[in-house]
Amino acid sequence: MDFSIASILTLDGLTNGAIYALLGMGIVLVFTVTRVIFIPQGEFVAYGALTLAIFQTGKTPGTVWLLLILAGVAALMELVTTWRHRGSAGPAVMAALRTFIAPAVICAIAAWAGPRNLPLTVQALLTVCIVTAFGPLVYRVAYQSLAGSSSLVLLIVSVGVHFAMTGLGLLFFGAEGFRNPPFWDVRFALGPINLSGQTLIIFGASAALIVLLWLFFERSLYGKALRATAVNRLGARLMGISTQAAGQLTFAMAGLIGALSGLLIGPTTTIFYDSGFLIGLKGFVAGVIAGLASYPGALIGALAVGVIEAFGSFWASAFKEVIVFTIILPVLLWRSLRSGHSDEDH
Amino acid sequence: MKFTKTVLATAFALMAMAAHADITVGVVQPLTGPASGLGIPVKNGIMIWPKTIAGETLKVVVLDDASDPTLGVKDAQRLVTEDKVDVIVGSSATPVAIPMADVTAEAGTPQLATSPAGLPPGKDKWFFRMPQSNDVMAFAVVKHMKAHGVKTVGFLGYTDAYGELWLKALTAEAEKNGLKIVATERFARADTSVTGQVLKLNAANPDAILIVASGSGAGMPQKAVMERGFKGKVYQTHAAATQDLMRTAGKDAEGTYVVSGPATVAEQLPDSHPSKAMAVAFVQNYEKAYGVGSRNQFAGHSADALTVLEKAIPVALKKAKPGTPEFRSALRDALENMGRTVLAHGVLNWTAQDHWGYTNETGVMLKVVDGKFKVEQ
Repeated sequence: MDFSIASILTLDGLTNGAIYALLGMGIVLVFTVTRVIFIPQGEFVAYGALTLAIFQTGKTPGTVWLLLILAGVAALMELVTTWRHRGSAGPAVMAALRTFIAPAVICAIAAWAGPRNLPLTVQALLTVCIVTAFGPLVYRVAYQSLAGSSSLVLLIVSVGVHFAMTGLGLLFFGAEGFRNPPFWDVRFALGPINLSGQTLIIFGASAALIVLLWLFFERSLYGKALRATAVNRLGARLMGISTQAAGQLTFAMAGLIGALSGLLIGPTTTIFYDSGFLIGLKGFVAGVIAGLASYPGALIGALAVGVIEAFGSFWASAFKEVIVFTIILPVLLWRSLRSGHSDEDH
Repeated sequence: MKFTKTVLATAFALMAMAAHADITVGVVQPLTGPASGLGIPVKNGIMIWPKTIAGETLKVVVLDDASDPTLGVKDAQRLVTEDKVDVIVGSSATPVAIPMADVTAEAGTPQLATSPAGLPPGKDKWFFRMPQSNDVMAFAVVKHMKAHGVKTVGFLGYTDAYGELWLKALTAEAEKNGLKIVATERFARADTSVTGQVLKLNAANPDAILIVASGSGAGMPQKAVMERGFKGKVYQTHAAATQDLMRTAGKDAEGTYVVSGPATVAEQLPDSHPSKAMAVAFVQNYEKAYGVGSRNQFAGHSADALTVLEKAIPVALKKAKPGTPEFRSALRDALENMGRTVLAHGVLNWTAQDHWGYTNETGVMLKVVDGKFKVEQ
């Protein structure tokens, strides 16, 4: 181990860490607003990377049809619940259409664009739209009617959603892995470090997204509404904030974060239909380090996870995963010693 | 009443006879999961088997083990208890084939594994391997390394049984030939980065690196090694001898040496090669069904399994009826004593002591040139 190796490992760790940071933030975001421990966050990553990969082969990805079906189911649920509430067909049909229109438009464009081999950036943009649209629909179909349940129930639903999404991923993308072309195919030599364009894009995109999230929560009305929901659901409701809309918005953001992470990680490794779980789990470790509550905490935790992973694979490659998932133990110990008994859910 | 009973009894007797006349082949393959790139071609190859062997109808039951040892064992249990299969073909995933062997041995059912699975001595009485052993392949790899002036080797392989067995085989061959293994690094099938491992390999500065990975999983380590500017020779094993290597690694796969069985390069084999005729027949058969360029190492194993069964089943049929323990036992003996058999993947000769059977001359060294495999002379 000398300085050059350490710097290369640090760079590699930080690159992976930047992606774990995004996922960690997504997990923290979803948990604070909806109390859902969102295990399928990683599946969005795999969906993002693989949807783009299928676009690259000049086909329409299967996720498009899944999105259409999911939108149909969500619209039907919306139709039934509104009808029951209001007792008349007009508003019910309107509500159903509101749920259905946007995903349907995205599907139509994607189905049209699929065989046309459009430029990479257009395909990437479409991929982001498709995967982001999954977010609110997943919330509507799987979580919304259970929004008041305990964290444990929501966690169990998450496990179910995770398995469903992995299975569907296998169905749509096949069992073989794909590797996407890099968005910026250059290399810079900085002393011992070999910096690739994709690495710079990963850092740039992660940093931009983190700043955007910060601005969103600090400056915009929607962001403040989400924060209010996170702090006190009942209070937010009394103030006229729809917790359902808050949940859907949160899941859309989780979908967006997942899709972007997928696009970022796709060119650096081979992504399989089930790769998302392990990536998401590392984001989850970062979220746990942050106590599922603090965004800067998740960022620091994620970077730490990435760097420890990189050095672990250098020193003891056979035990890398063990090392990464073991660092959660001292953190949990420290947290439980420090906080005593304040869990409201128990 | 008596009449109904007679009819029922006759019907049962007929059904039992019909069931006994069929030869049932159980197939357990990873059709999903990380090893599916290996299992799907085997299944495809079995789908184009003839409908009869030695005049007996062939019944094939295909189950998916999802690359998961637990599922593979469950599948094997189902096949031996419910379907009463005469022989099991599978699995293509080494970590799945090994625990399955306990089930087949207990049930007394011959198992033709399509993966190079190592079992402790005495455990492989009912277990026969279709692929070349890692030892046979390591022989070809080390022979090629030695001929090209390689003195030191780095190892970068899976943390599971496949990597472990290759490390053992490579260590043994390297010792015999005076090669030194200077670094041993591991990675998991699900890993997204092997930068740390590659850095350590680079620091040890070997003349060549052997990557032990399978299917499209072989692309990521290949790319990582090339991206870190490794200047020596890169070798891959026969589990990576598929087009997926070029698809996932792109131009970083160029110049890589991949060891393989002869079947995949049928037309390029010299006429003197004993397997040439069988290999060409397999390739024509398979590509007629699945398209030009669809051949691969594992599809070859399914064709070879058929050749082996076609030779052993007539012998076993003389002793017992299919579907009985006696038939399975006779089939096992026939497999063990069938003698020299020319296959698409080399020349096989199973004996009571050796259920691997291929000779050291089986491994063919390929080189990736312009995204295609070329036979190295």
